[in-house]
Amino acid sequence: MSQVLVVTSGKGGVGKTTSTAALGAALAHDGAKVVVIDFDVGLRNLDLVLGAERRVVFDLINVINGVARLSQALIRDKRLDNLHLLPASQTRDKDALTEEGVAKVIEELRTKFDWIICDSPAGIERGATLAMRYADAAIIVTNPEVSSVRDSDRIIGLLDSKTAKAERGERIDKHVLITRYHSSRAARGETLSIDDVLEILSTPLLGIIPESEEVLRASNVGSPVTLNNPLSAPARAYFDAARRLKGEQVPMLVPAEIRSIFDKLFARKAA
Amino acid sequence: MSLLHFFRQRSAPIARERLQILLAHERIACRHQDLLGILREEILAVIARHVSFEPDKVQIKMDRGKSVSTLAVDIEIPNLDRLSDAVAGMVG
Repeated sequence: MSQVLVVTSGKGGVGKTTSTAALGAALAHDGAKVVVIDFDVGLRNLDLVLGAERRVVFDLINVINGVARLSQALIRDKRLDNLHLLPASQTRDKDALTEEGVAKVIEELRTKFDWIICDSPAGIERGATLAMRYADAAIIVTNPEVSSVRDSDRIIGLLDSKTAKAERGERIDKHVLITRYHSSRAARGETLSIDDVLEILSTPLLGIIPESEEVLRASNVGSPVTLNNPLSAPARAYFDAARRLKGEQVPMLVPAEIRSIFDKLFARKAA
Repeated sequence: MSLLHFFRQRSAPIARERLQILLAHERIACRHQDLLGILREEILAVIARHVSFEPDKVQIKMDRGKSVSTLAVDIEIPNLDRLSDAVAGMVG
């Protein structure tokens, strides 16, 4: 049984693309067949985060328009054989993304993959609503900060009313993924705590990804953080989240950065 | 860390409270945008099957509380005895 996931947030810059790449790679690393789809037509970035930007030939809209077959547009990851990318178009008009077209592509992908992860664009416009349209479950990426939580609440409202599953009267599974979490700031009462966010959104928690320079380093080199440095704190948090997606019970810990004495002595901030 | 900083109020509780108030309002506005309209139409249709009333004299309000929400429907119906008088008058 394949699962269609949407990674969404409403607000931009909270870590949707990073999380899509990291979770996709974590699931593929454990042997599942995974495809990640970029729905951000005009502003694609999933290709860049995965280091596949120079291999894009055809894209999602080419497939919808019948210009290319799905197999021609799918890009196989160089590190993991069972991880694939379906890129977004960079230049074309975003109205080319149609509901019927997306439905057809997702149906075809369901026959080939275990996990279909849709990376939503920011906002609540067409691209975002189509990314969530056929999802079985949603990951709402949220930073512990007022504007991100507000937008997540809005997105939860859309997931409960505008998805195909919701329209059939079924419940869409929703999970909150808290990213860019500073445990020390939360302890000092400077940012919303995990409990605050969960209580306000009343949605179960999938994972807590600590703020880390490893995330930036991974995107710099074009590799999901779960592959680039699997033992780093954010990578371990993404691996745990991926196991929870598969239904495993994993204790909810906030992984801390493992730092050597050398690191501490020469502590530098990422530029 | 200055003494002033030490005594400054933690800002997270303020963020939390502001969000809770804001979202309580927005949830009514966004999620139940159509709900009130649908409820209004369906409630009116049921009542119209049994009594006649002026559609203008109907008020529907919804209040969302912390644990329960309330739906208030206020319909002005002409008194039944006046109704029967009118019917009697028409027959007579």
